[in-house]
Amino acid sequence: MQQTDPVRRSTAPQVPPVHPRKLNKVPFVEFSDGRLQGVVSSGSDVTRVYVSSISAGDHGLDCSTNNNRPCGGLGASPCKHIQSLLAEAENQFGSARVARYLGIEVAEGGGLLGGLHPVRAKGQAAEVFSSFLRHLAYLELPVSVEPLSEMQWFPAGPVQL
Amino acid sequence: MVPGRAGAAVILADALNRVPEGLTEAMALVDGLDDALVHGLGRPDESHLSALANLAAVFAGSPLAEPVNEAVGKIEAGSVTDEHLLALAGARCALLGAAHDALLAGLDQALSRTRSELVALAPRRSAPAGVRSWLRELAITGWRGVDHEIAAAGARAVPGLLEDPQYRRLAVLVDGLAAELRAAAPVATQPQVPARRWADLWARALLTAQADVPVSPVNGRFLILGADLREHPTAFQVQVHGLLESGAEVRLARTSLTAAKVDTITGASVWRLLEDFPVLLTALAKHQSVELTGMPQTAFGDLLWDDSRAVAGEVTDPFATARVRLGGAVAASVAPLERHPAAILEPVLLEGYQTGEGRIDLGGAVLDVDPLPAAGPITPAMVAASSACIGLLRHDTGGWSVRPLAVQALVRKKPVEAHTGDWALGPTEPKAAKAEALAGAAVEVLRERAGRLLRK
Repeated sequence: MQQTDPVRRSTAPQVPPVHPRKLNKVPFVEFSDGRLQGVVSSGSDVTRVYVSSISAGDHGLDCSTNNNRPCGGLGASPCKHIQSLLAEAENQFGSARVARYLGIEVAEGGGLLGGLHPVRAKGQAAEVFSSFLRHLAYLELPVSVEPLSEMQWFPAGPVQL
Repeated sequence: MVPGRAGAAVILADALNRVPEGLTEAMALVDGLDDALVHGLGRPDESHLSALANLAAVFAGSPLAEPVNEAVGKIEAGSVTDEHLLALAGARCALLGAAHDALLAGLDQALSRTRSELVALAPRRSAPAGVRSWLRELAITGWRGVDHEIAAAGARAVPGLLEDPQYRRLAVLVDGLAAELRAAAPVATQPQVPARRWADLWARALLTAQADVPVSPVNGRFLILGADLREHPTAFQVQVHGLLESGAEVRLARTSLTAAKVDTITGASVWRLLEDFPVLLTALAKHQSVELTGMPQTAFGDLLWDDSRAVAGEVTDPFATARVRLGGAVAASVAPLERHPAAILEPVLLEGYQTGEGRIDLGGAVLDVDPLPAAGPITPAMVAASSACIGLLRHDTGGWSVRPLAVQALVRKKPVEAHTGDWALGPTEPKAAKAEALAGAAVEVLRERAGRLLRK
């Protein structure tokens, strides 16, 4: 008979596939360096993007363009870019994971945005932007026809925890 | 099983139920090392030291005896170097290799499957220093000690690896492991740790050595049995299993295409990443055979796919291929470092079974059914209603399971058939096609962004 001890299983991937979402507005979201950070496309200029971030724990907000100009909309409360970032992070990773990472206590019936206690903070716009470029660079890599047998450990399908 | 195959079914069930001699003991030694890695080799306690001593003892008299003994002694004294870790990973690999050989020999015997002669290899180079130092830090800290910072350090080594095609394997492996550690960090807060899995990936990264595998051109007809789909956040792979007919000879053969991707490209859209291989994708979607001329193939049965050396042939039914030709096909040997129970993926045809809650009952042996990929049409309900299945027999967590590649079923009194590669040119089912059209735009959006921002 089968044993099903997850501690002794080789081929059960541990990262749940993210939920598919539209990428037009927020092409990139990641948890990194103690921040939820990402890139938000500008509504008016196709060559401009905003780099937005929310730090875990103290909810420090930052938003600027890729040319390092501060976002005019960011005041004491989150600008629309940060609101989009948070909403798309919820779509991609699920509310629970976002709340856990940022340390947001969600009031009953309230959303993540309502649980933020925002302050202004300096993010790492340049690092986030290069992280986004590294992300895009994956799509430039050629398809490999080598056996790459490591992928045996990553069968596609739902995660078995 | 269908009449005439009843004897074969009994033999297979017997083989699947049999535990090879020494397997339990070998796996217990592996578990001991894996548990020490959960805790960390930097400050092992008594139970971990005794597990490591047991591991060393079993290699007495073998070429590994000295390095493993020395590693265990040094770890006890509080020092951990790359050489020591390599010795432990080598010992672990040898035990799992022996387990693999015993399991596969039993299966080959039951399936009357012959295997070609083993090919010897000389490894050329190992992981670069940056990756080795990350692997060392992981071993010293232990999985329980992995925090956001250590987890992130792995991903930082990847862009450098990706620049060199020789390190693509390692890049794909390190990226997959690092993503799991990032998602689980801080690991101390997790209820449990996938100890064997992470030790597998860790040891593999340490031992991944590029070797010159002999490659020779082959001609013949490639008859597809099915496609196995693999995915992690930054890679998608389709591995196609089939039979290569050249003259009177029929051999099992595989081919793998691996595309780099990002986490937001998932579901059926992953097929879009392989659009440069229209002959193979069309053959999968339309169940065509493929005529190969001068296609490079490794000594281990892997076709290094070149679409320009492939021409679509006639439509062929994979179930007919499996029924008529699979039985006598010769399998390739397994490369030395690839030997691991979880690496056993043997194509089989199962028929005349009963199904239950995620299980296939062969009458005498029960197989768990693996999770099914979102990029293909097979659903758990189809497997439950199925009467025939082409699948890969696998061994994990001490038992056998099957990963379906194709099923024939009776759904609402109508015969249906589904193959994991059916959606290679896009989903054929309207609801899935609509979802793919929406999600598939992700590929285009990111390519547009890359075009605009990367080349500025």
